[in-house]
Amino acid sequence: MNRSPLTAWLFLGPALLILGVFTFYPIFCGIGLAFTEFSLLRHTADGHLVAPKLVWFDNFRRLLVDPYFWKALGNSLTYLVVVPFIQLAAIFLAVLVDQPFRGRNFFRTAFYIPVITSVVVIGITWRWVFRSDGLANFLLGLVGLGPIPFLTDPRFALFSIMFVTLWQGLGYYMILYLAGLQTINPELEEAARLDGAGPWEIFWHITIPMLKPTVALCSIISCISALKVFGEIFVMTPQGGPSQSTLTMVYYIYLKAFEDFDMGYSAAIALVLAGVVGIISWINVRYFKDGGLNSYG
Amino acid sequence: MDDSHSKGPDFYAAFRWVVLVGTAFLCLGPFLFMLSTSFEGGDVFKLETPLDLLPNQFSVSAYFEVFEKLPELPSFFLNTAFLCVFGVLLEVAFATLAAYPLARMEFRGKGLIMGGLLATMMLPTQANIIVNFVTIRQLGLYDTLTAVLLPSAVSVFGIFLMRQAFLVVPKDLEDAARMDGAGEWFIFRQIMVPLTKPSLGTLALFSFVAHWNSFMWPLVILQDRAKYPLSVGLAYMANAFDSNFKLVAAGSVLAMIPILALFLVLQKQFIRGITAGAVK
Repeated sequence: MNRSPLTAWLFLGPALLILGVFTFYPIFCGIGLAFTEFSLLRHTADGHLVAPKLVWFDNFRRLLVDPYFWKALGNSLTYLVVVPFIQLAAIFLAVLVDQPFRGRNFFRTAFYIPVITSVVVIGITWRWVFRSDGLANFLLGLVGLGPIPFLTDPRFALFSIMFVTLWQGLGYYMILYLAGLQTINPELEEAARLDGAGPWEIFWHITIPMLKPTVALCSIISCISALKVFGEIFVMTPQGGPSQSTLTMVYYIYLKAFEDFDMGYSAAIALVLAGVVGIISWINVRYFKDGGLNSYG
Repeated sequence: MDDSHSKGPDFYAAFRWVVLVGTAFLCLGPFLFMLSTSFEGGDVFKLETPLDLLPNQFSVSAYFEVFEKLPELPSFFLNTAFLCVFGVLLEVAFATLAAYPLARMEFRGKGLIMGGLLATMMLPTQANIIVNFVTIRQLGLYDTLTAVLLPSAVSVFGIFLMRQAFLVVPKDLEDAARMDGAGEWFIFRQIMVPLTKPSLGTLALFSFVAHWNSFMWPLVILQDRAKYPLSVGLAYMANAFDSNFKLVAAGSVLAMIPILALFLVLQKQFIRGITAGAVK
């Protein structure tokens, strides 16, 4: 076993170079940028960009009094409400398609199709379904309800998009829970059944507790993707929806950086977002103790 | 007691069917509605009776018209194909190379690298696009397809997936080859890579879907419409043709077909991949 350590680094080299430039460098550089004023629109007389200027906490002072920032933060935190609903619905579906029966594969496939579909196509589709005279309001009308201004009323817009996220994620988490279900000892459920437990009690008192490691993993993935949501919002409610009702953190970062080219300020919002993601992940890890990302490595 | 047992399963089966059929409608309904819209020949699409869910006049004209009104549509497909092919090649090659020493060698700094990689999975990488945008401009790559490829050429998910695969290759195989005087590259290329083909396939598949669907980064780094991939092109189309939704529907259906076909053919590998990637 006298391999030189150089070999290992040669194998790692290409990946580390790319990761270094496009993943690690942006993390550290982004932190620094948050404390500077840096606009891509400001040039010196000879045509070069004006270099970032250190302004310490000015960007964060601006954030404190920026109503759009607070709106975006509130909306992103509201978006997390979708997480427990996705998990419960996905576990429920996984249990229903776990045991073999005729047509099982059809259902598994059907639930998974939204997962592989591009978020742009999904946004276009649901924008069409949610129109005032679209499919959703037509179906509501058949049972004497509506019409609901799904995407044009600030009270509904964010929840409508959250529903689309739930709808798209169901199949993905269902597959993860199906894998989790394979690890449950069937004798446990059998014993509970012999003790007279119905399917509902078995679901709540055996299946869900035994799935805890999978729930931990799925909750972290789901929280992070809820905080990162962008494409749905961009397509379904351009410009952050009616009265900024669908303006999320990532969307605000996008607007500040790529419409206003105010890179320093945008980096400050991004730093806050990273903090929020860190806190949420920490809560997840603490709450679930083991499982989740701890099972990597 | 026995009575309730014999009734129980029947009730359960019925309940299961109602929930599953309902959910299947919910999952597929919006796409079918879009498909139906794309075949509408009439001018107005108005829903008044359930029968209106089908086209009033069946026609495929929207599929021709969308190419006339949006001459860049074929280039959207070509750009996406280019990004998928080269994106997959880069991602698979880099991840496989990087994963090998992390799985089968001991060296100083390995723990640090593993920790660093793991940490990036917890961070909102979208925040990186601000700095990456500046970097790409400084490299003179703004508005090029290379710029779209570079930041996603290495995926941490891919490295972990391949590392898992290398970990389970029996040590004996490696030792035997080493006894015969095989070098490190030979072992990697002739023993390790062939034995991890299923994982390579999974990674390629996931990388393909990720490149096909990637949206935010190409949106900010590309300016010239002729360079747009499908995702960005469709978003542009949705706004430009908002008043003529038939065309948007036809374009979206066309964009869905390749990825849907791939999924239906390779379903088993998809399922395997999700569970392999997320749960050990």
